[in-house]
Amino acid sequence: MSFEVLWRYAPALISGFGVTVLCWSMGAAIGLVLGFVIALLYRLRVPPLRWALRAAIEVIRGTPFLVQLFLLYSGGPFIGLRLEATTAGVVGLGVYSSAYFAEAFRAGFSAVPAGQIEAATSVGMNSRDILWRISLPTMLVATLPSIVNLLIILSKETVVLSIITVPELMYQMQTMAAETFTAFDAIFAMAVFYWLLVEAVSRLGYRLERRVTAFMAPAAGRS
Amino acid sequence: MMQPQVVVHSLAYLTRAAGMTMYVSLAGIALGMAIGFVVCLARLSANYGLARAGGFYVSFFRGVPLLVQLLFIYYFLAEFGVDVPAMAAAIGGLGMASGAYQAEILRGALNAVPSGQAEAATALGFSRAEIWRRILLPQALRISVPSLINEFTLLLKASSLVSVVGIAELTRVSMNIASSTYRPLEAYLGAAAFYLAINLCLAGLGNLAERRLAAGSLQ
Repeated sequence: MSFEVLWRYAPALISGFGVTVLCWSMGAAIGLVLGFVIALLYRLRVPPLRWALRAAIEVIRGTPFLVQLFLLYSGGPFIGLRLEATTAGVVGLGVYSSAYFAEAFRAGFSAVPAGQIEAATSVGMNSRDILWRISLPTMLVATLPSIVNLLIILSKETVVLSIITVPELMYQMQTMAAETFTAFDAIFAMAVFYWLLVEAVSRLGYRLERRVTAFMAPAAGRS
Repeated sequence: MMQPQVVVHSLAYLTRAAGMTMYVSLAGIALGMAIGFVVCLARLSANYGLARAGGFYVSFFRGVPLLVQLLFIYYFLAEFGVDVPAMAAAIGGLGMASGAYQAEILRGALNAVPSGQAEAATALGFSRAEIWRRILLPQALRISVPSLINEFTLLLKASSLVSVVGIAELTRVSMNIASSTYRPLEAYLGAAAFYLAINLCLAGLGNLAERRLAAGSLQ
């Protein structure tokens, strides 16, 4: 271990970490929104739309992220889609994760007891209010742990972006390791950065979970 | 241009590697389900120590990258005289990591089963084991199937990492083909096709399970 090397490369590493966090959070945001929209469209029960969405989800889940990223970044220009490396990375992460998030949301919707929707309808709530006030709060109980799972997996998936030259943490680490022959230090620093990120995400997840399960606490206390 | 014969020539080699990938992944999934179930029970337990241990398991195995876990099991334990065979290290590594994710998925699903149901079953004289087997688990499984299939497809793709302990699985074999034929695109596309095919089978199984488990629900 040489802390001197790590110190010298600290600005590059920290900027790399910043790019990683930025790509991850923007990609996850796109994925969450897109996934939610897909899950909503899936609930419309229009058969051709369902088949198309199912096919898209299975192909996106079935193939490695690296392959999809290559298709987007290197194959895109053939159909006139010329993206910057970082933009391609964010869009790629967003599309890739949307398939997983869509399935997580679909699982969540299936956890909402039908009686609750019926009760809401019978007291005269419109479908938008039912979605936001009944379905969403209930489904988050079932689905938040899976979403945190996926966010953590996605944060580790961002290392793939280094391959299309996005200057994120892995990219900076490889530069450092190649210039100073300090592979071990690079891996060590990398582990620390990612551990920080994963730990922060899990903590945030648990706090959110406590918030969304707050309505269940009295019932659990009584039993 | 593309030379599909590269893949055709090494089809037997790729198929054997795909079999290895499937074997390692399925064993990892099965082990992960067993671990995930136990860890989830521990986390939901009223015993503070058990709940904390479960929480620690999840935060450790989700926080440490799978690659590091595999290297640790295979190389680091050997330093202390614990010689883990490559296959056991691969399956154990995949299963233990997947167990953490599966525990969280199950926990969410169990939380979503209305607590009134277990109370009603208790009032009707169901034993605790029966409540789990007949009321909680069937519903929790129905809710968690899509997320579990998410996790299985991710595990299948993560199984490419077990090549670091010397197992000739799909990704490693396609790398070998790429370097011996100088046709990386064809070799990797061939491997991707195999991954897609296996994942489609997993998704199909998930679909079947979902239908079977949804039989009791009104939606």
